Amino acid sequence: MSHLIPLTAVYRLSDKWGVMMNTRKAMADSAANVPAGPSLLREKGIIKRFTDRYSESRGKAIIYSSAFLMIIAVVAITLFLTLQGLRSFVIDHLNIWNFLTGTEWYPDRASNPQFGAFPFIFGSVAVTLLAALLATPIAIGTAIFMAELANKWGQRIMQPVIEILVGIPSVVYGLIGLSVFVPLMRAHFGGSGFNLLAGALVVGIMILPTVASIAADSIRAVPDKLREASYAIGGTKWQTIWKVVIPAAGSSLMTAIVLGMSRAFGEALAVQMVIGNARNLPHSIFDPSATLTTIITLSMGNTTTGSVLNDALWSLGLILLAISYIFILIIRYLSRKRVV
Amino acid sequence: MNSKITNRVALSLIVLCAVIMAGTLAALLGYILYQGLGSISWHFLTSESNPFLAGGGIKDQLWNSFYVLLITMLITIPIGVSGGIYLAEYAKPGKLTSFIRSCVEVLASLPSIVVGMFGMLIFVNYFGFHYSVLSGALALTVFNLPVIVRVTEDGFSALSLHQKEGGLALGLTHWHTIKTILLPAAFPSILTGVILSAGRVFGESAALLFTAGLSTPNLDFTNWNPAAPNSPLNIFRSAETLSVHIWAVNTSGIIPDIQTVANGSAAVLVICVLLFNLLARGLGKAINRKLSGKS
Repeated sequence: MSHLIPLTAVYRLSDKWGVMMNTRKAMADSAANVPAGPSLLREKGIIKRFTDRYSESRGKAIIYSSAFLMIIAVVAITLFLTLQGLRSFVIDHLNIWNFLTGTEWYPDRASNPQFGAFPFIFGSVAVTLLAALLATPIAIGTAIFMAELANKWGQRIMQPVIEILVGIPSVVYGLIGLSVFVPLMRAHFGGSGFNLLAGALVVGIMILPTVASIAADSIRAVPDKLREASYAIGGTKWQTIWKVVIPAAGSSLMTAIVLGMSRAFGEALAVQMVIGNARNLPHSIFDPSATLTTIITLSMGNTTTGSVLNDALWSLGLILLAISYIFILIIRYLSRKRVV
Repeated sequence: MNSKITNRVALSLIVLCAVIMAGTLAALLGYILYQGLGSISWHFLTSESNPFLAGGGIKDQLWNSFYVLLITMLITIPIGVSGGIYLAEYAKPGKLTSFIRSCVEVLASLPSIVVGMFGMLIFVNYFGFHYSVLSGALALTVFNLPVIVRVTEDGFSALSLHQKEGGLALGLTHWHTIKTILLPAAFPSILTGVILSAGRVFGESAALLFTAGLSTPNLDFTNWNPAAPNSPLNIFRSAETLSVHIWAVNTSGIIPDIQTVANGSAAVLVICVLLFNLLARGLGKAINRKLSGKS
């Protein structure tokens, strides 16, 4: 018997709610029909707010949840990769210091397996720096050409060239490296031809357009009055570029280079195809080597979830993520400097 | 006199850099197309890949590439455009907005393999989608979202303020104004950006390696029931895309005609990306001409 009472109460309440909704609806309708002063501003009923296709609340709900989703994505990526990456230290009790500085990577050895990630970290850094070294002069040169020297004609050619180069998929760069650079290396420097330099060359060419287009933008952003001042005191074109424009664009040029480096650092498959995938520390740039990304690409598919090797690979991923964040911080620092 | 000579030399070097850049593109495209076009034939495009024997094609991989792209865009565009609208229209300057901006920046600069690992952890293992079209598309969504957000924001902020004020002056709500006035006006630039990003998604491989998988079931192109395991439309089957195929054939392939298949696939991939690029350009130009009234 006792449950009857709340039931009727609910019924009454819902009845009342329905009436209320109807009146609200009527009010909203009348507001729509009669465009009189204050009623225009009145928001509609709570349900109507989200079913009306042009209602502000509905729009805001869509917009804000999308914006929120981006926060969730970043937080989730950081959180889950960190948790998964720390497993090898917390659960498998690998020593962090040994992991970062050890030079032996023999995870599948039955007795005394070793997890030393230093060769991969070194490989990643070496490829990144070499690629930046190769790409920077040409990219900055092209940027200066586009922003300072080129007439319309040169501009009209270089802009599409850069856009198309940016669009070419990285595996295609890897394939070119594999079928052009590697045989070339084999013929001239001996060995298998798969080496650090080949990897750096492939990535260097890959980041060329990225660096060039950002650098060109930053050179264009230098105000003309600086150039005019330099010409006015008799500077040649080159003196103006070298002494005035480049220093003025300084930190944005650095941003371009760092962005290129961060792209080089994260590149996986193209490098993997040409670098040779050796687990030892390379002695020269003509030695086969490996990077963080290549070892993850190669080994991840062959391990079972929960094994020590799998956890160690996730830790490598965590290092990758951490270094990406460092790159992001450097870029933010550089662009903040520019604003001030 | 000396500074004039330096000037001459330095400027020549700069021109040389630009020539190297243009030469690189010419060499790249020339090489890919020269090597690849020979192996592209109707048979190559319409037959299935063969894991052991020579003479396999890329029909399934090509289909998968387009299908993953389609699913990715279906998920990315609504979220990305809404996110862009938030940043362009609703965001008030403050901590939250700058935090969201940083998030977009972080998403844009994460290496694609990290995105792939995240996809493997969450979509493949945790949600249990396994290696599938859906997992791949979700990972690519993470990868593509910042691009669409940026494109939308730029498209909106390029609009003249009068359009917005006109809408508001009519008594429309902000959202109504956005939906009926601003979004259609910003549509051309958003569309151009979306097509360009499609080219990028189409060629992406590292993020798909651990999410969409390295294999494809035997697809039956007469079975269009999305629930069937061998249907091309099934989003829960594994799907090796064209760019992943190029990598897989080169690193672990045992077929005798690796070179032919890889070069042919690369040529197809590059041609598709070029088409996306040309389409975006052509469309941008056409719409621009229509809007500015010049014929």
